[in-house]
Amino acid sequence: MDVTAGWYLALGAALFVIGASGMLLRRNALVMFMSIELMLNAVNLNFVVIGRHTGDLNGQVAVFFVMVVAAAEVVVGLAIMIAVFRRRASASVDDLATLKG
Amino acid sequence: MVELVLFIVFGAIALAGALSMVLHPNPVHGALGLMATMLSIAVFYVVNSGHFIAAVQVVVYAGAVMTLFLFVIMLIGVDRHENLEESLPIQRPLAIAVGIAFLVLLGLIGGNAWITAPEAASPPNGTVENIADLLFTDWLLPFEVTTLLLIIASVGAVALAQYDPRPKE
Repeated sequence: MDVTAGWYLALGAALFVIGASGMLLRRNALVMFMSIELMLNAVNLNFVVIGRHTGDLNGQVAVFFVMVVAAAEVVVGLAIMIAVFRRRASASVDDLATLKG
Repeated sequence: MVELVLFIVFGAIALAGALSMVLHPNPVHGALGLMATMLSIAVFYVVNSGHFIAAVQVVVYAGAVMTLFLFVIMLIGVDRHENLEESLPIQRPLAIAVGIAFLVLLGLIGGNAWITAPEAASPPNGTVENIADLLFTDWLLPFEVTTLLLIIASVGAVALAQYDPRPKE
């Protein structure tokens, strides 16, 4: 049995949905951040698989750029998280209710 | 045949790692699960002829990014188990329902409109040479803009890390 591109796309869709659910279900900022990384990875997998299917290398270059932007995003995001933790001593997003009216 | 076995084994590992990341109360276990997912995705890149991308995935994602995550988890405190109780009463069932609906929707869309282009005769060869060929010709401007982004990110991280909430004496 051949593994076609559709199999990988289905796996990518499942991983993306798990990441999106993690975003909605968890209240720990770190776990929410890791869910974002999971969603990015699922989309990267789709890029590579469709690039292979159509014989186009540009999909892999797009994955390269997504990785660079994700790395930059992780650096800034984790720095923000540490700055928040210093002030609130908590990693839960529920505690960040300062702007609540 | 080999590809089928690889898909089943590493697909199962990827799904299990992702689920453990979402469901496990301890963030360290979650980070390790996510690491397993990223490594199995690197295997899929190799299978789909993305050799360079697979190496970058292992070095940058599974290596650097996840180490950074583990570092911050250790810094923020790992002994504290997250309180898994939800403060909003309807949020949790609603989130699960939305997740399932999203999966069903993706399945419906995918079942009706998979890729329409014909399959290419030969897959692209994602070696360092071929990627660099594209990166330094067609994608040169985005590549240069990326350097700007990285500088901004590192300056921002330093500025945030030096921030001191206590008032100066």
